[in-house]
Amino acid sequence: MVNYLWAAMIIISVIVAGINGRIEVITEAIFDSAENAVSVAILMISIMTFWLGIMKIVEKSGLIHYVKLLLKPLAFFLFPRIPRDHPAMNSILLNMSANMLGMGNAATPFGIKAMEEMHKMNSRSNIASDEMCTFLALNTSCLTILPTTVIALRVSLGSSNPTEIVGTTIFATFISTVVAVMLDRFLRRRG
Amino acid sequence: MLLIIEYVASWMIPVFLLVVIIFGLVKKVNLFDCFVEGAKEGFPMAVKLIPFLVGMLVAIGLFRQSGAMELLANTLQPLLNYFGVPGDILPLALMRPVSGSGALAITTEIMQTSGPDSFLGRLASTMLGSTDTTLFVLTVYFGAVGVYQTRHALPVGLLADLSGIIAAIFICSLVFG
Repeated sequence: MVNYLWAAMIIISVIVAGINGRIEVITEAIFDSAENAVSVAILMISIMTFWLGIMKIVEKSGLIHYVKLLLKPLAFFLFPRIPRDHPAMNSILLNMSANMLGMGNAATPFGIKAMEEMHKMNSRSNIASDEMCTFLALNTSCLTILPTTVIALRVSLGSSNPTEIVGTTIFATFISTVVAVMLDRFLRRRG
Repeated sequence: MLLIIEYVASWMIPVFLLVVIIFGLVKKVNLFDCFVEGAKEGFPMAVKLIPFLVGMLVAIGLFRQSGAMELLANTLQPLLNYFGVPGDILPLALMRPVSGSGALAITTEIMQTSGPDSFLGRLASTMLGSTDTTLFVLTVYFGAVGVYQTRHALPVGLLADLSGIIAAIFICSLVFG
């Protein structure tokens, strides 16, 4: 699926640029985007290093048990096959709490760590497991309670009521999360 | 209300950090050693992402800069107008799952031209806040573990985006319309 999407994007882009008579855009876009991708990875080094360090403290100190207490019903319902004391569960719980609280840059390192732990339980080395797909579905629909970036943007653009979109955002994010979880369950059997 | 949310948003990470450190002190954890032990894993994990990010972000960059994205938006516009949805929102709806920075730029532009408190501005804000950049999340999360076959993860992510967009249009029409 990703294969086809990737190929289609490249082929269509080259054809469209050619028809528009702006074929030079392709070379420029390759350089710009590749450079941007590496900058993103460099940025990831810094935030991953920091947050994975903090996560270790959360685990070792036992603070993780309190997080578990709060999100237990949801996490155990979504990931019934992951043992409750498995390291993967710890990372999943931290990722979910960071997402909900709008701590985007902390959520990603926890999420990547969770993927790595789930992959250790995966018997097929380059095929995604059921749990990994469920986890991805959760993260792409992102259960936000506080859309911090959007509020900040609205403040900076002079909105008279920057937070009036919190309610509508929670509604839309709730719908997309429910749809994601249901579709994941439904499509799992076929994939 | 605004003040409270602004406060909560800016205090979230500092307070979380404080709780972690103080809890660790109380439990007599060797904090710095423990931090370094965990932090060590950050570098290799992030470096592993480079090939996946370059591959995906180049394809997305091509699609945006070649004019293909615009073409797709123009093609779909009449369909949206038919359902009474403002066509100006379409570029954002198409960009949201593909590029986070692109979606942010479009939202900013919409709010600058129509105003943040217009219907379009509120709808754009709701859309931006309610889903994540599916392709980026997919690339980074599966890239980190070297999984190539993502099974149903991509269709689920994209369909969830679509349902989020429809839900945003529905609720905004109801509340602000």
